[in-house]
Amino acid sequence: MSSYLRIRDLHKKFGDFTALRNVSLDVEEGEFVCFLGPSGCGKTTLLRAIAGLDLQTHGSIEQAGRDISTLPIAERDFGIVFQSYALFPNLTIERNIAFGLENSGRPRAEIARRVTELLDLVGLADQREKYPAQLSGGQQQRIALARAIATSPGLLLLDEPLSALDAKVRVHLRHQIKELQRKLGVTTVMVTHDQEEALSMADRIVVMNHGVIEQIGTPTEIYREPRSLFVADFIGETNQLHATLSAPGCFTLGRTCLQGMTDGLAPGQPIIVTIRPEDIIPHAPGSQPAGSERGLLDVTVGEMEFLGSFWRSRLTGAALGGEQLYADFSINAVRRLSLDEGADLTIELPASRLIAFPAGEDHGHRG
Amino acid sequence: MATAAEEALPKGRPAKARPVRPKLGRDDLIMRAFMVVIALYLVVALALPLYAMLSKSFSTFRFDLTAYEFQVSDEQGSFAVPPVSAAALNEELQAVPPENLATNGDGRLPATSFFPDFSFRSPVMYRIRATGDDASYLIGSERFAGSRWQEVDSNDFRRVMLRPVRDIGLANYATYFSTPSLFRSVENSLIISVISTVITVLLAFGFAYALNRSCMPFKGVFRLIAMAPILVPSLLPGIALVYLFGNQGMLKAFLLGESIYGPIGIVIGSVFFTFPHAMIIITTALAISDARLYEAAECLKASRWKTFWTVTVPGARYGLISAAFVVFNLVITDFGLPKVIGGQFNMLAVDIYKQVIGQQNFEMGAVVSVVLLFPAVLAFTVDRIVQKRQVAALSARSVPYQPKPKPRFDALAFVYCSLIAVFILGLLGVCQFAALIKFWPYDLSLSLKNYAFDLMDGGGWDSYYNSIRMAFLTAIFGTLVVFIGAYMVEKTRGFESGRSLFQLLAMLPMAIPGMVLGLAYIFFFNDPRNPLNALYGTLAILVVCTVTHFYTVSHLTAMTALKQMDREFESVAASLKQPFYKLFRVVTVPVCLPTILDISIYLFVNAMTTVSAVVFLYSPTTTLASVAVLNMDDAGDIAPAAAMGMMIFYTNAGARILHLIVSKGVLRRTQAWRFR
Amino acid sequence: MTFRSICLTAAAASLLIAAAAKAETELTVYTAVEAEDLKRYAETFNKDHPDIKINWVRDSTGVVTAKLLAEKNNPQADVVWGLAATSLLLLKTEGMLEAYAPKGVEMLDKKFVDNSAPPAWVGMDAWVAAVCFNTVEAEKLGLPAPKSWKDLTNPVYAGHVIMPNPNSSGTGFLDVSSWLQLFGEKDGWAYMDGLHQNIARYTHSGSAPCKLAASGEIPIGISFAFRGAKSKAEGAPIDIIVPEEGVGWDMEATAIVAGTSKLDAAKTLVDWSISKTANEMYNTGYAVVAMPGIAKPVEFFPDNLIEKMIDNDFEFAANNRAAILQEWQRRYDSKSEPKG
Repeated sequence: MSSYLRIRDLHKKFGDFTALRNVSLDVEEGEFVCFLGPSGCGKTTLLRAIAGLDLQTHGSIEQAGRDISTLPIAERDFGIVFQSYALFPNLTIERNIAFGLENSGRPRAEIARRVTELLDLVGLADQREKYPAQLSGGQQQRIALARAIATSPGLLLLDEPLSALDAKVRVHLRHQIKELQRKLGVTTVMVTHDQEEALSMADRIVVMNHGVIEQIGTPTEIYREPRSLFVADFIGETNQLHATLSAPGCFTLGRTCLQGMTDGLAPGQPIIVTIRPEDIIPHAPGSQPAGSERGLLDVTVGEMEFLGSFWRSRLTGAALGGEQLYADFSINAVRRLSLDEGADLTIELPASRLIAFPAGEDHGHRG
Repeated sequence: MATAAEEALPKGRPAKARPVRPKLGRDDLIMRAFMVVIALYLVVALALPLYAMLSKSFSTFRFDLTAYEFQVSDEQGSFAVPPVSAAALNEELQAVPPENLATNGDGRLPATSFFPDFSFRSPVMYRIRATGDDASYLIGSERFAGSRWQEVDSNDFRRVMLRPVRDIGLANYATYFSTPSLFRSVENSLIISVISTVITVLLAFGFAYALNRSCMPFKGVFRLIAMAPILVPSLLPGIALVYLFGNQGMLKAFLLGESIYGPIGIVIGSVFFTFPHAMIIITTALAISDARLYEAAECLKASRWKTFWTVTVPGARYGLISAAFVVFNLVITDFGLPKVIGGQFNMLAVDIYKQVIGQQNFEMGAVVSVVLLFPAVLAFTVDRIVQKRQVAALSARSVPYQPKPKPRFDALAFVYCSLIAVFILGLLGVCQFAALIKFWPYDLSLSLKNYAFDLMDGGGWDSYYNSIRMAFLTAIFGTLVVFIGAYMVEKTRGFESGRSLFQLLAMLPMAIPGMVLGLAYIFFFNDPRNPLNALYGTLAILVVCTVTHFYTVSHLTAMTALKQMDREFESVAASLKQPFYKLFRVVTVPVCLPTILDISIYLFVNAMTTVSAVVFLYSPTTTLASVAVLNMDDAGDIAPAAAMGMMIFYTNAGARILHLIVSKGVLRRTQAWRFR
Repeated sequence: MTFRSICLTAAAASLLIAAAAKAETELTVYTAVEAEDLKRYAETFNKDHPDIKINWVRDSTGVVTAKLLAEKNNPQADVVWGLAATSLLLLKTEGMLEAYAPKGVEMLDKKFVDNSAPPAWVGMDAWVAAVCFNTVEAEKLGLPAPKSWKDLTNPVYAGHVIMPNPNSSGTGFLDVSSWLQLFGEKDGWAYMDGLHQNIARYTHSGSAPCKLAASGEIPIGISFAFRGAKSKAEGAPIDIIVPEEGVGWDMEATAIVAGTSKLDAAKTLVDWSISKTANEMYNTGYAVVAMPGIAKPVEFFPDNLIEKMIDNDFEFAANNRAAILQEWQRRYDSKSEPKG
């Protein structure tokens, strides 16, 4: 069976600027998918193409087996929440939510019942008589959501729905939206530039850059197995080390040989090796933990920065060949190893967490 | 067969490369249809008439000498000599030089020109016929055409006149630029406009500066008074000036023997009627200047004088430039004022009127119109560019300036504004006073005799009621067309080329002087071949003309309001499967109601005061109050003209007050959501 | 129902319909007659012909002529009643008038009837040039009363004379054409050159100079006698002066516009417009009317006016109109500074 939303070879040009290039994507029914990327990467363009707000230059979109590529907005089946919410300012909350229910042959009482149900669902039952301007940003956001799902659309499109809110409300609403989506089982596409939002909410993330899809995967896949330097760099934090590939699975950093994930790279090629700060394992200076002899380096601790739940430390040393590493050490580890600025330390770089990319292109793909 | 042919074709580009064309939904189609309808309205009400006028300016008349033949008898009356064409005669005699063959529609060329030894007492007989299709000639006042010979004796032959035929060419322009009395007006118009602009902008800047930067009392009252000239026709100050500085004027001595009829009168009157326009623009420019710059200047111990020149003036520069071009445009295209007070001083707009109404020379009227278009379009273009810059400057957030009391400066500001207020109220007061005087200057008793409009030219009281009817219709119909047009152009999805074309059409009216528009309407609508010919002479054409004349400002106002609406409302409504017109009715119109009311009062007031465009278009059943002012003044009934002018003032003032009350009431009901 | 009663009913019905149809005849009449007289004209006419309703289109001579010419291919008017004969001659040369000899045309002075047969237009009354002289202002300024046209070129009057612009005003044109006829082409223009030196400004309308003289705005206004008599009757301190060389005049005349769909009603109106009743009606304002022996003296009208009327050559005026106006404009319309 084919997927719920099938996007094939989508291109979008604005004059000479190519906003989308060869985008193909499948979204399964009931899935929560996030489009993630820096501004100008094409994520919003893609969402607007799905909604029919800005038509693609060419390429096709199918929804539930129906070709919707060229359909006008009104003939597609989706609800949408914009960054601005676009609540009708002169209509009460109740009438805003009821807007899409009117003129559809539903009796008045049923509309009222549905509005009440939706207000309960978003937890704003006591606000129905108010105007949008009288609500807080978070409340307005929930009203926009209620309005979008009022007609039970097959697809819910969220365009940066949380970006206008302050941090605390944002975190709270993430859970609410995710929960609501699970409850309703509605296929949802959300555009965001906030990776935390994407990682915490999405079933799958579509990372985009310069109008192309860099990687599609579950949040863990995206985080742990980035398929390009761009993804590795854009999602979370990562160390980048310049190295040379000496043999498959083996590269030289300074005078140290390390093992890592080097699929598809040719020996002799200059590469960039990435490792996330929290994947660096600290050991007592000079210790040799079993099974990790190829990934051990002796370093010196530079500055240490206390970031609440962990310490971020800058590591230097001859073994790094002039490069430096940032490592996040738990408070426990710091206490256990008596780490302090200037202390010596042996670190382990697990081969499975060292991922190599060809150097020279900032968004080079592996494999 | 078809399938075979298709199969025979080579495979095209892969399907994915084929650009996607949107299927249009019902909403898209309806919106585009609306836009097309309103664009068509603008084409019919603006573009086509202008085209008709342009082609008229190239329509010329000339005597076609090849189209006439003469035959002359001997003294016994027998025609022995073969006929000869007028062209051949002229070739031989050089009687009429080629430049004299160009003429206007009323031209006549005596046939005797080609017979130097003609004598009306001679027994010689003459025959004449027209060989060309269009050619005609007169014997006395009888018109003849066709190739049948007409025989006349010598006494009647002197009454034979050749009539011109229509032609196309630049002859009208050549005539214009070689006739000093016409060409002189270009210079006159430019000089008067520049002088009036400099004076108005300086005075208005002072006024706006006092309003913005001083703590003088009665600011609201001053602002109100400064706006009053907008409510009267531009020719009303002219009438007041006649009473003040005319030969029987109350203050004649102040002119030191100079005459008010001419440049002096035009400039003073122009300052009066353009003052509010300049003041509004400059006030806006001063209001956006940044208080932090003044704090910085104060910290740097800059003198007030230096601060003024380094902070205030540069900050308001776009406003000043914009005001200058707006005033320039108003003055150069105004017709009423120079008509009333200009005396023998010719200006372009008056020339159009003189050519058309006085001399029935429609072609030359069209030529002058085209000439007047140049400065008008230029001023308009510069103003638009400057306005764009100012908007850009405005978007940067700044801290508004709060004036602090400075007793000496405030007193100075108060005196200055009082003087301006006295000037404005004085002119209006003089008009009202003159309207109530029985017979200036011989019988100063008060009387209402000047209000017996029915006994004067101009259409009487009917024209007053017509004006109100016309202003109402203009306000209603105009607001409808303008707002819907602006909505469609702002909110229609795609259709870029159509939308830019619409924008261009909507901006065009501002560059077209009223006189030019009115004349263009005659050419376009008074053509029997035009299916819209039935409109000619109706109130409807006055409404259409006025709406079109004032389209641009209304359109821009509507666009500003619509741009402030969330761009995604339409998307949301469409995703909820609600038609756009529901959104328009339930959300757009209620939210934009204050703007809609503003547009309608703007149209109402202007419809009451406009003279220039409608002066060519009114009919006996659709005379207008503003035109009545002109015509009564024209016939020497100056006091009744002043009386009617003041009627317009009170009506507009009343309409404004009504607008204020209605706005407040409507706002309370529909804009509750604005208040938390 | 008997056959008889059916016939009667039918006859009555058709009469009613005919009456209704007749009552509904509306004529669009273009006119340059003074606004305040129009009501009286229509009322007097409707006393005899209540079945024809007149819709007036009134404007100054120039405007009405311009309007008619502009509508040449699409005439809106049925009848022109009260427009300068010079203008009607112009329309005649454009083939715009329906030739018609109204009933009783033989009763009119030949001067007042177009010389074609049948005539294209018939005259109503004469409208004669005169000078309005404000005695109060003249005394203040120490101006003597002018006796002749030539007097007006006297430098003492510099800046104290106003006349209508012949380009826009019928009165202005008849002045100019009368001077050209009185003094000859060359001397006529020379005279106007001299007069031009004294003119304060040229007005658009023909009645304005007299009204301005009446209100003291200017001491001397070249206008027409009828207007002067009216202003004087209103109490203005003016004298109406008839220059001794003779005065130009034009007549107000009536014609049917060719192509009218209401020819019968139009003929009825034109027949009536030359009737004795109509001529008596014109006499209220005009001392000279088309039907001889009707005119009674008009209050404040100068006595010697009629004998001073020149022998006007309308054909000359009409056929040279374009050339005269062009020459006038070339000479006098380029005045850039107004005279004080």
